[in-house]
Amino acid sequence: MAYPYTSEHEVRVLSEHFGDPTARTLEGARAKGRYETLRKAFEMDRDDVIEVVKASGLRGRGGAGFPTGVKWSFMPKDDGKPHYLLCNADESEPGTFKDRELIRWDPHQLIEGCLIAAYAIRAQHVYIYCRGEFFEASAILGRAVEEAYEAGLIGRDILGSGVEIDLTVHIGAGAYICGEETGLMNSLEGRRGQPRVKPPFPAAVGAFGKPTTINNVETLAAVPHIVEHGAEWYRQWGTEKSPGTKLFCVSGHVKRPGNYELPLGFPLQTLIDEVCGGIRDGNALKAVIPGGSSVPIMNAEEVAACSLDYEGVVACGSMLGCASVIVMDETTDIVKQVRRVAYFYAHESCGQCTPCREGTTWVTKILQRIEDGRGTEEDLDTLVEVTDQMTGTTICVLSDSVAAPVQSSITKFRDEYLALIRRGERVGAA
Amino acid sequence: MSETTPNDAVTETVTLTIDGREVTVPKGTTVLKAAESMGTEVPHYCFHEGLSPPAMCRLCLVEVEGAPKLLPSCVTQAQDGQVVHTQGEKALQMRRGVLEFYLVNHPLDCPICDQSGECYLQDYVHMEGRDHGRSREPKRVFGRDDFGGDVLFYGDRCVMCTRCVRFMNEVEQDPRLTVVERGSRSVIDTFFEEGLEGTKWSGNIVDICPVGALVSKDFLYKQRAWDLDHTPSICPSCSQGCTIELHTRDNLVQRLRPRKNLAVNGHWMCDYGRERYEVINRSDRVTAPLVGRAGERTAMGWPEALTRLVERLDGVERGRVKAVVSPHASNEDIGALATLVDALGGGEIVYRIERAEEEDVLQGMPSLARRRDLAPNRRGAELLGASRVGNDDGTGGLEGVADHDGVVIVLGDELADQEEGFGEAARLHLHLGIHPTPAATHADLVLPVTTFAEQEGTFTNLEGRVQRFRQALHPPGAARPPWLVIGALVAEITGRDTLPTTGAEAFRALASRVDAFAGLDYDALGTRGAVVNEPVRPAGG
Repeated sequence: MAYPYTSEHEVRVLSEHFGDPTARTLEGARAKGRYETLRKAFEMDRDDVIEVVKASGLRGRGGAGFPTGVKWSFMPKDDGKPHYLLCNADESEPGTFKDRELIRWDPHQLIEGCLIAAYAIRAQHVYIYCRGEFFEASAILGRAVEEAYEAGLIGRDILGSGVEIDLTVHIGAGAYICGEETGLMNSLEGRRGQPRVKPPFPAAVGAFGKPTTINNVETLAAVPHIVEHGAEWYRQWGTEKSPGTKLFCVSGHVKRPGNYELPLGFPLQTLIDEVCGGIRDGNALKAVIPGGSSVPIMNAEEVAACSLDYEGVVACGSMLGCASVIVMDETTDIVKQVRRVAYFYAHESCGQCTPCREGTTWVTKILQRIEDGRGTEEDLDTLVEVTDQMTGTTICVLSDSVAAPVQSSITKFRDEYLALIRRGERVGAA
Repeated sequence: MSETTPNDAVTETVTLTIDGREVTVPKGTTVLKAAESMGTEVPHYCFHEGLSPPAMCRLCLVEVEGAPKLLPSCVTQAQDGQVVHTQGEKALQMRRGVLEFYLVNHPLDCPICDQSGECYLQDYVHMEGRDHGRSREPKRVFGRDDFGGDVLFYGDRCVMCTRCVRFMNEVEQDPRLTVVERGSRSVIDTFFEEGLEGTKWSGNIVDICPVGALVSKDFLYKQRAWDLDHTPSICPSCSQGCTIELHTRDNLVQRLRPRKNLAVNGHWMCDYGRERYEVINRSDRVTAPLVGRAGERTAMGWPEALTRLVERLDGVERGRVKAVVSPHASNEDIGALATLVDALGGGEIVYRIERAEEEDVLQGMPSLARRRDLAPNRRGAELLGASRVGNDDGTGGLEGVADHDGVVIVLGDELADQEEGFGEAARLHLHLGIHPTPAATHADLVLPVTTFAEQEGTFTNLEGRVQRFRQALHPPGAARPPWLVIGALVAEITGRDTLPTTGAEAFRALASRVDAFAGLDYDALGTRGAVVNEPVRPAGG
């Protein structure tokens, strides 16, 4: 079996060359057709490129799911200012490992996507902001960029088209919050990695104070395919509102965890049972976090009814986020899991906004106390109220990211909290 | 808002509704300032008028109809037709929540905190907070840190508004402070051991700290905030004339604080001025009129002393007056002295002034500096006809006065370098002084006068701005304002019944007599002062 695991359900568009190291070199990549679309894109009108992406319905793969073409169209035209394209490769959401693989196996796919996007939004410079811990991936990407520069695919007069675009790989220092788009801009500029107040939005005032578009790695990797084959081709997969394919990072208690590229709208239950081979050791499913640690937790009932598109997951009480599916079987201690998630966010809070700075730590301490068997039932009310005060009151959504798992777990797994509180002992720990 | 652009005749305006009341403000005004203009205070920490707004304390959240979330009013611009609820249930509930977060790790050590009584955490929690916090968890502890200069840091009281960091970065432009770590481990710190040592404006961070995190070492444990009386005044330490408050108790100045005046000092004052309040509290004072030269000197009451003085003036040759005036004296004092000199047939008035090597300019507000002239009223002295003598250290230049055999008049205390023989040859030597001095040994009369803090009056700063100060302290013994004493004397000499008895009358007398002050109205000087009619000519640069 190739690339750790594959499945017949997969539609491998972006992940076609996962597991095949030959696509890493420029020679190998060109043999596989990389940079063919670039030539085609440069012959198109810039706004036509935006239109194709708009028509494809491609939505941002970083988690928010904002329509990519629409985002691009916010960029000013002929304003005389330098524009920037930022590629967010600061993949830090717990449970997510798709961007790393896209960079590791097919760096030229990403570079081509960046160049087409930069062309469309009239950017002269692309920054790929790589997560600090991506040692191997950033080394591979760095080599690929070097090769592409040497081959005249980046820089001045790309492919004789007269288009000039530079590309810089920037390695972060390992803070989660630098994956937030404006935090990333501050970090890129050498400032403290703290999200900025919006408005102004990046399309008006972004990196270095100039109009900026920021896209996720997976979003940009999909662009060459859409420009090559057209919007209708891309829409053959997925749903009306969530078209195309998506990489699902499955981790946790399944037999075959890994990255699977599936059409959006794929049933979550099938993903677990068939694509991933079911729950380990024949255990029963207890809960799933479908979109990275910051989204509400789902119970088994919700999982059974859930289709994996942006709207489908919302209908089942959570969010698709970046499609990082964390599967938990019956042996999981939900309170401990939520406490661990809260601890992560408390540790990563940048500390600007009071509700987040104080709230994340406070919530973690309460959860720890409950886990230690020293909780009270009022603590649950306090947790809900405190996390309410952390929702929608801050500059970025990090504080909301703690509220979601805490509130959803108290609603859906209240018994586990109560059992700990009442007996002062853990449940679920095998 | 009325204070930001006094001279803008036409400004575009927007009209919005805040808490059910319509308000019209200049375009670009924030919702927070618009609310403030109608008397509604929206609690806030990180926002400060003199600094950039990071919108991070999240305390000024208000409800704006049509917005999906509560908005930080400090950065939300007022729009035409906007409907804002600052006191709506949703906004109040969220602000109550934010205030609760502030108390999760706050030590609640108000009983031993200097800020208590003027603390915005106390105030806001009493205004809008919960009656009790729900946190039962152990608090994180940072402890105390000496930041250098006059600044002491209590990390646990900090609300992380970063006003201090932004002041040092944006206003003093000497970035000595930063936030280290992140999340609830965030704490303000200095770089290495350097701290704030050598900075010239860092006292302001104590003022703008909304809580007791940054406190003054000098003021530490000295007074409770609610015991202090606040008197509007003018800083006497240089010719910038910063608008300040004297904070007093027990008839002593306890500290100085800048008072907002965008035309002179913004929100700030320098450490040099701030540190020099103790001069005002000197307790060695002349407390009664003393008649007769040393050896035969007797204290007596004012009426008797003035009678004796008028008697002494009999037969004194007119037109031979030499007067020395202090540039620390008010316009009214110096003006009164000039009328006395005139009444005695005229003569010469000189002043001496200590001058610093250079100015200390505040980088973020270049119009504000600790000026070279280390007295508040040099410009006033010049406008009133005094001319400068002596050196830059404030000494010398009085040879002609010390040996003068006509009338010698001294107003104020600038004679530290003079020997006991000063004025010995004078036919009449009149000394209006604050503190005892050897130079008054041969004065025929030593008359006790008040400091600026013990009287009301005006100073003229280097740009020619006339600003009022009010009386903060009771004068000791029989000390009286120089303009009152001299006014009485002039009335006696000239037989005119025009004795000014209030500061306003003294100023009016000045304005009616001296062109530079003509048209200025004492009451209308208000909180910002007004510029004299002379073309502005910085005195000595």
